[in-house]
Amino acid sequence: MEAYLGYFLYLLSLLTVGGIYAIFALGLNVQWGFAGLFNAGIVGFAAVGAYAYALLTTAESPFHIGGFGLPLPIGMAVAMALSALIAGVIGLICIRLRSDYLAIATIGIGEIIKLILKNETDITNGPRGINKIPRAWEHFSEERFYSSAPMSWIATPEQWGAFFDSLPNWYWQPLFAGTILLTVYILYRMLERARLSPWGRMMTAIRENESAARAAGKDVTRRRIEAFVIGAAIMGLGGALFAQHLRLIEPTNTFDPSKVTFLVWVMLIAGGSGNNRGAILGGFLIWTIWSASELFISGGIALISSTFETLDPSILATRAGFLRMMLIGILMQVILQRYPGGILPEVRPASPKAVKTTAGPTGDDT
Amino acid sequence: MWDAFGFEFVNFYFIPGLVLGCIYALGAIGITLTFGILRFANFAHGEIMMSGAYLTWTVMAIAGAAGLTLHPLVAMVPAAALVIILFLGTDRFFYKPFRKADTIKVVMASFGMMLIIRSAVQAIWGPNQITFVPGIARPNATLQSITGDMGMMILMPNKHIWIFAGTLVLVVALGYLLGRTRIGKAMRAVSDSPDLAHVTGINVDMVIRATWIVGGICATAAGVFLVMDTQMLETTMGFRMLLPMFAAAILGGIGKPYGAVFGGLVIGLAEELSAYPWIGDAPLLSPGYKTGVAFAIMVIMLIVRPQGLFKGRSF
Repeated sequence: MEAYLGYFLYLLSLLTVGGIYAIFALGLNVQWGFAGLFNAGIVGFAAVGAYAYALLTTAESPFHIGGFGLPLPIGMAVAMALSALIAGVIGLICIRLRSDYLAIATIGIGEIIKLILKNETDITNGPRGINKIPRAWEHFSEERFYSSAPMSWIATPEQWGAFFDSLPNWYWQPLFAGTILLTVYILYRMLERARLSPWGRMMTAIRENESAARAAGKDVTRRRIEAFVIGAAIMGLGGALFAQHLRLIEPTNTFDPSKVTFLVWVMLIAGGSGNNRGAILGGFLIWTIWSASELFISGGIALISSTFETLDPSILATRAGFLRMMLIGILMQVILQRYPGGILPEVRPASPKAVKTTAGPTGDDT
Repeated sequence: MWDAFGFEFVNFYFIPGLVLGCIYALGAIGITLTFGILRFANFAHGEIMMSGAYLTWTVMAIAGAAGLTLHPLVAMVPAAALVIILFLGTDRFFYKPFRKADTIKVVMASFGMMLIIRSAVQAIWGPNQITFVPGIARPNATLQSITGDMGMMILMPNKHIWIFAGTLVLVVALGYLLGRTRIGKAMRAVSDSPDLAHVTGINVDMVIRATWIVGGICATAAGVFLVMDTQMLETTMGFRMLLPMFAAAILGGIGKPYGAVFGGLVIGLAEELSAYPWIGDAPLLSPGYKTGVAFAIMVIMLIVRPQGLFKGRSF
């Protein structure tokens, strides 16, 4: 029974993190899949969301500014708004130029955000990061939540304490995973709606043939900025959920561009850019491959180091981690060249009456 | 004039700024040529620089094992050859398939290459810092005594003199190549108008190869100069250089190698001088934000003059 519980919790954690990555991939899908905007600074928007959420919802702390102890949904809403605001400024500057400039500017803003988080030690506690970030559902068992307003109306703090003691310590895990899956589903429904609406069809038109869309009287720049801002807001939400999952965030290792930005790109391209289902599928699939390969690698290293005594397993482990990153990079190149449509190729948002047709399988769909 | 102010300003801010500027300039040459001729922003350029420095270190280590002490500038030559092969191989297998497609696909491919190259270097050489040339760099004694007699003492270690000389040689050679040789003129022609160049019978594939070769040599030199300056190798240095190099290329105008050199010097100086205590005693900008200076300059250029100072290409 114990063993099954372990598998169950592992599955839940796969779903949790996979779901968070699916949210990032959905955000990127709005920017890249819908509007063809290259965002190379996903990590920056995620970090803004995570830090905004963390600073607003943690209990008061001497290490960083505030710890304002606000309710969790407010933290998440501000995370989205702040991320969207930064995207709006970047969009106003760069979107009228060619996509390469946007890529350079976003990779820059990603680095600058991390630089600010690292250097403004009074606000963010610098490289030491923020800890004890409240995680949805688990936070109910913290004393400051059950002894204050809404929860204290139902029962006394002592009763709540006894209640949470009677629950198994993983009680929040299914609930948290469920919340994330629900968020993914709601986002999916909203984005699907947007994609099939006139707005979504206009986005496709702009991406496919900008001058024709412009000639038809569409405000190309404005639509692009909209897509960029919406995508960034979704990434900010993803960042807030990421902070909840980790409970401890710091600027350098948590928000490593290769692990956030790049992995999300691989997810979207593998799943199928332009297709919301593809983005979600890519998120879960690549994350499962990524975390399962970690198990295989550590198993392989244990085997190798037990046969060859002279090799140091810790060195092998770090090297193997880089090799894994390299293989993911090569996987991306192969998909990009051979299967540019991804697993679930884009379905063109046709007008409601027309029969839906899939986009061409080759690279001519841009 | 040459009081404590001048001494401190020149030796601790101006000369380091110029050194950094030279490194950025060499890196930006490759970026601006690729952007101008192949028409895409090569994100893997910083990593190529970094791998060039690692290869140079390896050549030095091999020669050291054979009992030979090589100067980094000598060891750089075989390393540059390897980097050129790496560049051409990358182009052949990862960029060429997209040449007819939308350029953003190539940008994405180069984004992927950035990670592949970095992870490969980390897997081969390990993620830890490696010392390049051990020991403390002392100021050049001759220069110090001559300028000291003249009443304006300049403290400049030999490594900085090598960096200045190396950059000068490379930029002059590049000027000769672009201005006097057939292939250089063809490169400029393709950069200005690829269709027109194609019609006049210029071999575009040849020009692209030449671009990678020039970019490879400059990138290796930039990487080696950077580690000569900081005296250590680390795998993230390529990525850290990427943003200032793009800023330099945009500042000078895309497709303009001299613009890139000028832009590199400006960005390097601006980064170092931003830490000078212009007002009061504290640094004007905390040194932690040096990278931000390059980004700020780039953003201002993109707003005010996206074609750069020297009328480069703007897309």
